Amino acid sequence: MLSVEELHVHYGGIHAIKGISIEVPQGKIVTLIGANGAGKSSTLRAIAGLVRQKKGRILYKEEDILHRSPEHIVRAGIAMVPEGRRIFPQLSVEENLKLGAYARTDAANIRSDMDWVFELFPRLRERAWQKGGTLSGGEQQMLALGRALMSRPELIMMDEPSLGLAPLLVREVFEIIAAINGEGKTVLLVEQNAYAALKIAQYAYVLEVGSVVLEGTGEQLIADPRVREAYLGG
Amino acid sequence: MSLAMFVQHFFNALTLGSLYSLIAIGYTMVYGILRLINFAHGDIFMLGAYFVFFGTIAFKLPWLPAVLLAVAASSFAGILVDRIAYRPLRDAPRISALISSIGVSFFIQNLAIVLFTGIPRPVQQPKILTGIMQFGAVRILPLTLVVPTISFVLVLGLLWIVNKTKPGLAMRAISKDIETTRLMGVSVDKIIALTFGLGSALAAASGIMWALRYPQVHPLMGSFPGFKAFIAAVLGGIGSIQGAMVGGLLLGFIEIMIVAFLPALSGYKDAFAFVLLIIILLVKPTGLMGEKLEEKV
Ligand SMILES: Nc1ncnc2c1ncn2[C@@H]1O[C@H](COP(=O)(O)OP(=O)(O)O)[C@@H](O)[C@H]1O
Ligand SMILES: [Mg+2]
Repeated sequence: MLSVEELHVHYGGIHAIKGISIEVPQGKIVTLIGANGAGKSSTLRAIAGLVRQKKGRILYKEEDILHRSPEHIVRAGIAMVPEGRRIFPQLSVEENLKLGAYARTDAANIRSDMDWVFELFPRLRERAWQKGGTLSGGEQQMLALGRALMSRPELIMMDEPSLGLAPLLVREVFEIIAAINGEGKTVLLVEQNAYAALKIAQYAYVLEVGSVVLEGTGEQLIADPRVREAYLGG
Repeated sequence: MSLAMFVQHFFNALTLGSLYSLIAIGYTMVYGILRLINFAHGDIFMLGAYFVFFGTIAFKLPWLPAVLLAVAASSFAGILVDRIAYRPLRDAPRISALISSIGVSFFIQNLAIVLFTGIPRPVQQPKILTGIMQFGAVRILPLTLVVPTISFVLVLGLLWIVNKTKPGLAMRAISKDIETTRLMGVSVDKIIALTFGLGSALAAASGIMWALRYPQVHPLMGSFPGFKAFIAAVLGGIGSIQGAMVGGLLLGFIEIMIVAFLPALSGYKDAFAFVLLIIILLVKPTGLMGEKLEEKV
């Protein structure tokens, strides 16, 4: 569905992504793991169209979207849950979700999709009129996920959705990712929580300083001594 | 001071304050989205007045179409300014666009002097606005009722757009987080253009009413009202539309009441706004209703 080929990203003089290639097959969960600064976010941001200086190819359903705008990419069916959630704190929960559906023209279905998101996250329904900024960290993460779902994406990219959450909430987030995938959505997941990510993913890539150093199925990587040493605490 | 006098001053202040508010809203909206003080905003105000002047005098248009055309043309001028002078600088340091806006302001003013000559020209008021209305001892100019009413309706319309429509939602989102707004599929440049268009339309409406109130037009007429409306926006809390309304009205009242109650100081009327600006910046830089300022200009 998505295939990244020889992607390079520069920030001014910094060569952040050094020719990585990634495959995300339809209906699967693929994860990128790696230390801070490895280039996970830069990869997702490049796919979403937020990064300017880049080279290579990003094929999404046969179209090269490397130089497409984020507006175009959302409409093509890729949504992103950005790092740090980035919900709109001064807007209500409902307004946040409406923004998620901004690119859509089928107004009639937006209401029912919102109901679907509220079923997935009942706490959001209770707080529909509250400002996003008044929600707890976990609720904000649910809102960021719900907002991304509102664009009816086929591929949803998530940048560290479990970051900063209490263990119980982390579990919940991973259950939701599995549920979203169960609805037929393809997931590209970036995580620091390597163990949980590898457990849930069908395929995984390990990034180190801008390059893919290891790849394999989730099970293969969990069993790999190098991964155990570096990312799973021995 | 008699009650009748006070009522007259009240309506004068309300009129002046409304005119400031309309301009201030444009400053505050652009600031809210781009963190840019658009110094060319006062010159759009001037263009609005001139467009009506030419529409009615040179092209002999009736008032209503002349006004609508002038507002539309000014709105377009505001969008053009953004397109030419600010959009190429979106990724440059903020100070670049600020300097660009000062350049645009000089450009428009000088272009106006070349095209329209620097001579002030008298403006003919439409018939229904001439004469004086008498209520007992109170004598009121019809304009001092018409201007606040029209301004009020325009502001209501703007608030409706900002708070109840989809582009308005996008505007509010952009003002907090441009990048994430783009991820939602919003074409940010279009929404910015819309912001300039709306702000410029309000400034033009203000310029047109200003030209009727002090019945003349001249190429530099936007300067002082522009500066003062900027001060009004800072007073109210730049970035906040409600703040711009309150700041504009407050400044109008302060100016009129100073002249009314302290006639000895009336020569300093214009300076007072700038003193006020300095005081706000020292005491409460976020203004009356503003949020945290991220960067001072
Ligand atoms: N906006 C930016 N400007 C300059 N350098 C950046 C920027 N964003 C990321 N980088 C650099 O690019 C590298 C990869 O960062 P990032 O993609 O955020 O990694 P990760 O998400 O894996 O922690 C880091 O060295 C980081 O410092
Ligand atoms: Mg990151």
